[in-house]
Amino acid sequence: MTSRKAETQGSGKALRHRQTLIAWGFSLPFIIIFSMFMLLPLLSALYMSFTDITAHDLRTPFNVNFVGLQQYIALFKDPLFRHSLLVTGTFVIIGVPVTIIIALALAVALNKGMRHLNSFFRALFYAPVVASVVAVSVVWRYILQDDGLLNNVLKTIGIHGPAWLNDTHVALLALIIMTVWRNVGTSMIIFIAGLQGMSGQVEEAASIDGCNAWQRFIHITLPLLKPTLLLSLILVSVSYLQFFDESFVMTQGGPLNATLSASYYIYKKFGFGQYGMSSAASWVLFIIIALVSVLQFRVMRSDD
Amino acid sequence: MKTTSVATPENKAPLWTRFVRAHGPIYIVLAVIAAIWIFPFFWMILGSLKTQQEIVAIPPKLFPQHATFANFNKWFTELHFGNYFMNSLIVSVITVLGNVVFCSMVGYALAKMDFAGKKVLFACVMITLMIPSVATFVPLFVIVSDLHLVNTYASLILPYLVQPIGVFLMRQFIGDIPDALMEAARMDGAGELCIFAQIILPQCGPALATLSILTFLSSWNNFLWPLVAAQSTSKYTLPVALSLYSTGQNATNYSVLLAGSVLIITPIMLLFIFLQRYFIQGVTMTGIK
Repeated sequence: MTSRKAETQGSGKALRHRQTLIAWGFSLPFIIIFSMFMLLPLLSALYMSFTDITAHDLRTPFNVNFVGLQQYIALFKDPLFRHSLLVTGTFVIIGVPVTIIIALALAVALNKGMRHLNSFFRALFYAPVVASVVAVSVVWRYILQDDGLLNNVLKTIGIHGPAWLNDTHVALLALIIMTVWRNVGTSMIIFIAGLQGMSGQVEEAASIDGCNAWQRFIHITLPLLKPTLLLSLILVSVSYLQFFDESFVMTQGGPLNATLSASYYIYKKFGFGQYGMSSAASWVLFIIIALVSVLQFRVMRSDD
Repeated sequence: MKTTSVATPENKAPLWTRFVRAHGPIYIVLAVIAAIWIFPFFWMILGSLKTQQEIVAIPPKLFPQHATFANFNKWFTELHFGNYFMNSLIVSVITVLGNVVFCSMVGYALAKMDFAGKKVLFACVMITLMIPSVATFVPLFVIVSDLHLVNTYASLILPYLVQPIGVFLMRQFIGDIPDALMEAARMDGAGELCIFAQIILPQCGPALATLSILTFLSSWNNFLWPLVAAQSTSKYTLPVALSLYSTGQNATNYSVLLAGSVLIITPIMLLFIFLQRYFIQGVTMTGIK
């Protein structure tokens, strides 16, 4: 590209120099705002996590002391933080596979048949994704309350339902069900796109060779879908690791901290003005998120 | 469709019968799941039309006996829905504009220019693609306080005004536009800004629509940061207003809460119904490519 233009516009070096200036000029507004409100906060969080900064220091910034790893030590000594990691971990370990499996099943079902009917169903399953978490949390709370719709329906078939949001054993499960419902649509769309990107030839050949639908799915479709599966796995895990909105609106972390996620812990410490500890916790969570992305990428790669 | 092309005795049956035999059971199962899937929305709408008496009735009645708009009325009068709606709209629209303008400029530079530091810039965008807001909101609050911006529109907008995902999306799309168009303009002595505005942008319609939808959706539904940054009712966005109302003393005032939910969801659902293609494209373009 450069060389072709060089013939018409003078030496390539001068042109590249000019393009460098223009390109950075084009990127300047992005770079300024992005550095100020994204990179700087991320790095400040790291710095703050090594200090004893609190809400009071907003007015007296020179009162902040460097405390080394103390915040991290205090963090891991705090049973509530360890508990919050466990809650987030449970949420991810149950929620992610369930989301992926349901999304995959729906995608496979919607991959063949009548096009218009399929896009109608696709829209229905995707609808919860576009709805505000806060808004849908309200209706789910209403459905799941002790004498709410779900327990009344269960009663008619003779089951005594639990107090979904007030029972420490099932509250997290209730939030997982709602989150799965809200997020299946995204993965389903990604899977449908992945399935439609495949040529049906291999599958057709296999079906002539006498493979049944299930065998074809396991031995042909699934391996071909691996990159898509990996992508979805990372996206869903990363978003579930940050789980906060649902528990804030539905249970406020309760009952007895049963749904207090790591994000909620960070928010709570922030609310108490303990910015240093809050930042340390947010870096721990950030590193976990980064590790999970890298790890999943590696695992799926090494399978080949 | 492929299954019907395989030669079987069934091929002699009429097309419609064959279709029903092949796909009927799947569609019946799908219809049942779909009904359950969207039921919460129905329940939300029905609940928003019920009176306080009906909403607490046990067992609950499916349809309201005396449908009422009183719950919506309450939002429009006492609860200042208009104020929150305008806040959400202002924040979302400016966020969309910022991303559309600034991200497409960087996307153009990355896709079509050859310059020193290009790889570094692109690597930066890719690495920061997944920074969660939970990792940055504490220092962000400190920065915003230092700038005396707490409880302003600027504090709600600036952190989301440019997002790496937008750069990524625009770079992918602009990369596919043939160089020949730009070369011709360059020969005629057109400047880069002119090429960008008059040749590249008009080709980017679908990508810009997708980016706008994607940004609007995340901005409209954004919760954690507005919850932190907006500190008085004058700056609350809709989700913040609803959540604070729903976790306070009105926690069980479901008919009013559900009316609020319906009001938040309606604008985005209308967009979804009419611009579905771009919502779907937003997922596939940022997910697959």
